[in-house]
Amino acid sequence: MEPASTTTPVIEFRDVAYALPGGRQLLSGLNLQVQRDETLVLLGRSGSGKTTTLKLINRLLTPSAGEVSVNGTSTAASDVIRLRRGIGYVIQDVGLFPHFTVERNIGLIPRIEGWDAERIRRRVEELLQLVGLEANLASRYPHQLSGGQRQRVGVARALAADPAILLMDEPFGALDALTRDQLQREFLSLQQRLNKTVVFVTHDLREALRLGSRIALMEAGRLVTVLSPNDFVRSSDPLASAYVNSFGGGLDAVENRGAR
Amino acid sequence: MNLFHFLLQNRDQVVELTLEHLWLVGVSTLLAVLIGIPLGIVSAHWPVWNKPVLGTANVIQTIPSLALFGFLLPVPWLGDRADRLAILALTLYALLPVIRNTYTGIRGVDPAVVEAGRGMGLTGSQLLFQVELPLALSVILSGVRVAVVVSVGLATIAAAIGAGGLGEFIFRGLAMVNNQLILAGAIPAAILALSADFGLGWLERRLRPR
Repeated sequence: MEPASTTTPVIEFRDVAYALPGGRQLLSGLNLQVQRDETLVLLGRSGSGKTTTLKLINRLLTPSAGEVSVNGTSTAASDVIRLRRGIGYVIQDVGLFPHFTVERNIGLIPRIEGWDAERIRRRVEELLQLVGLEANLASRYPHQLSGGQRQRVGVARALAADPAILLMDEPFGALDALTRDQLQREFLSLQQRLNKTVVFVTHDLREALRLGSRIALMEAGRLVTVLSPNDFVRSSDPLASAYVNSFGGGLDAVENRGAR
Repeated sequence: MNLFHFLLQNRDQVVELTLEHLWLVGVSTLLAVLIGIPLGIVSAHWPVWNKPVLGTANVIQTIPSLALFGFLLPVPWLGDRADRLAILALTLYALLPVIRNTYTGIRGVDPAVVEAGRGMGLTGSQLLFQVELPLALSVILSGVRVAVVVSVGLATIAAAIGAGGLGEFIFRGLAMVNNQLILAGAIPAAILALSADFGLGWLERRLRPR
């Protein structure tokens, strides 16, 4: 793959539509670019098409019209396994392999890619530290972990082969408020160190304002607008302001804490 | 002469018939596993195959065993040797629990686990062998356990077509109206069934994912 220039978006949607086999349209007319090292948040309520958009990037779904490109290459033309190995994927239900230890969960893709055992061990150790977990958790099984620990392992697993892109589908949605707050904070500091291109799905405006460098607001299968967190709060777009107003005055605090 | 006495006096024949019985059950179970697990995987992954595969296995199950042995008797190569025929019939009966449990086991794997695996770039076969089959293993094994227990019982009927096994004692006993002879076949068969049930059940619990 030729190196993409800095102006080429890492991910690009061109006139993308997605319909279910039965014909129901979930997404239409989507044009969107994700730039290198940014955290683009897809914000919207259930059924707005955020998760569909995310799954089109790693080709868990294929567009029924239009084109999705990753690093300048259409996903339809790329080897789907190589494409996915280059993209970390974190989902709300985590989906850790229950019959593998934490170490094997994190080390699965490196092992399949043929890394030697010592390199995998060091990588697992490094990643556990990166996501704030004790090294002695490596030999535990997923059912022996708390929800927050599980999601940390999920993030570590997604980062294992050092992908340039990270897709996160409501990763903190199932956690209690305190744990979520902590993981959001860690995500921000992680993102400062690692500089990944992140696409992050959430329905939580606070989370979007806190974590996103840009927010793409979606509604009923369409992209409404893409704004920076600061512009989003001041936006005159009826849908965006409806979102903001639903939080009343509580947003100032959010803004001060996180938004860049 | 009591039963114990009889078994002791005829121990050579008891051992021989038990081994024959084990051979019939073992080979047919092995075949059922080799055929049934792939069919179960196919019906779990491609829903179009689900109905025809499970439907056929279900229909086979409804054929009375004695009738099935009779149907197969005139088939050229099979009819030559009674044990081939018995093994085929037992295999057909053992298919349903193996296919059904493979199907159920794979469909029962947490969708989030499968989605995560696909999303991180596992190929279809990596997903199958590293994730789906290991997680479905205890359910599949419980299907094999049912198949074995049923086969041990059914194999006694194979003696009716001369395939040997512990059914020999039973049929001979029926013909001679000798209860002791019937029990000499029935009791070892019951012991075989119970030990297979216990052994495979233990293995199944060991392999159950947490």
